Amino acid sequence: MNWDVLFDPLFWTPFITGFLLAVILPVLGVLLRLKDEWLAALGLAHLAGASGLVGLAVGIPVVLGAPLGALAGALIKSFGRFCGNTIYALMILIGWAATLLIAANTTLGSAMGHALVEGQLYFADNTHLVSAYIYALSSILLLQWMAPVLVSARLFPGHAFSLHHSVRKWHIGFNLLVALGMALGTGTLGLMAAFALVFIPAWVAFRLASRWRVCLAIGTGIGLISYILAFAIALILDQPFGPTLVAVLIMQAIMALIFWPAPTQQPKSPTSSV
Amino acid sequence: MTQALLAADGLVAGYSKPVIGPLSFSLQAGDVLGLWGANGSGKSTLLRAIAGNARIFKGALKQKPGLTISWQMQQPVRLDEMPLNGHDYLRYARANHQPPPDRLQPWLDQRIDTLSGGQFQLLAVWAMLGGNADLVMLDEPTNNLDPDGEQLLTEILHFEQGRRTVLLVSHEREFLEKSCNRIYRIDA
Repeated sequence: MNWDVLFDPLFWTPFITGFLLAVILPVLGVLLRLKDEWLAALGLAHLAGASGLVGLAVGIPVVLGAPLGALAGALIKSFGRFCGNTIYALMILIGWAATLLIAANTTLGSAMGHALVEGQLYFADNTHLVSAYIYALSSILLLQWMAPVLVSARLFPGHAFSLHHSVRKWHIGFNLLVALGMALGTGTLGLMAAFALVFIPAWVAFRLASRWRVCLAIGTGIGLISYILAFAIALILDQPFGPTLVAVLIMQAIMALIFWPAPTQQPKSPTSSV
Repeated sequence: MTQALLAADGLVAGYSKPVIGPLSFSLQAGDVLGLWGANGSGKSTLLRAIAGNARIFKGALKQKPGLTISWQMQQPVRLDEMPLNGHDYLRYARANHQPPPDRLQPWLDQRIDTLSGGQFQLLAVWAMLGGNADLVMLDEPTNNLDPDGEQLLTEILHFEQGRRTVLLVSHEREFLEKSCNRIYRIDA
């Protein structure tokens, strides 16, 4: 084991790039889970992976190519009339087929296909860092306005209808934000690692939180702690980052669910006790 | 005479084809008006038409300019997992116009998904009444309520007479008679 590698300046840029994404993706995951749209993250990640590879084939860096597919997916999701999870399942299938076909038919694509799945965080350069920084800063600012509207629209759809306020623009804006986040996450952390950062912290937070702010704090906390641990473990033990992050997230989730008591649930029976 | 908040004149409304009407009624500020009718008579469609979410085929539906509406649909959204407590719930409903009744206070620190069906229903009703919308529309608010819960809801609505304008849809005639100052019958 080489502990010195943790303090090697060579890895500072990758670490900060991933850290910025690990702050935002769990928050998006909490909102996606509230909207019952968490599968969208996996669909968008697959499209981002596929378009990242297509971009490489024509000489466009993954960090620029991946968002194109994800944004296209977000627009289809926003304006298409699909019921339930249909559109997300289609995104996953299209992205999966395209990624493997491109990987199978190009030399570069084969290597990059593996890299996208496993994560190529250690190759993050200043382009990735600047992209992640702009994205994280924009997300923090936008979510201040966006999140309350999205929560309110989810819980009280009658408000949205009757006040003649269009919440559609906020939904579209959120979809685009998720698409960009998944594209950046897929291009740096890896496809499944980016999805895991969206899915697992939110899943645990929904089980354990006593109120909304605590839910956001738990989600962000689990995401960040897992990211830092995974980064260190992968470097010291020379492991691929993506699977390491997913494994650490799952371990954290199991420990949190075992040692942190969930609020008592009552059956939602028609009978009441007032 | 003060301008009506809402006035329907020969209103026929529905979706791809007419479902309800013709109806003529008006709603003045401070009214708690009950809409009574059998299941399937189109009561909920009328609320949708008022909210601009159903098609008006004939007649007129006039609203006071700038009218704001809070509308609780027949089934308030209750997710399997809701990591919000009662305070969060009322905050996102913007129900900060007046404090909740004392009997709702003990539930505010609890997670929404740990409340019983009746407790959640009453909190959902208050999420509408506690805001500052000009008109509150409640669709079958007695769903999930046992007699105690229905009594509390009746007291809340009775208290609101003259203070808030409420359009109340129910198929329970007795509940409407206790809660409303006027009842409008809708025939299928």
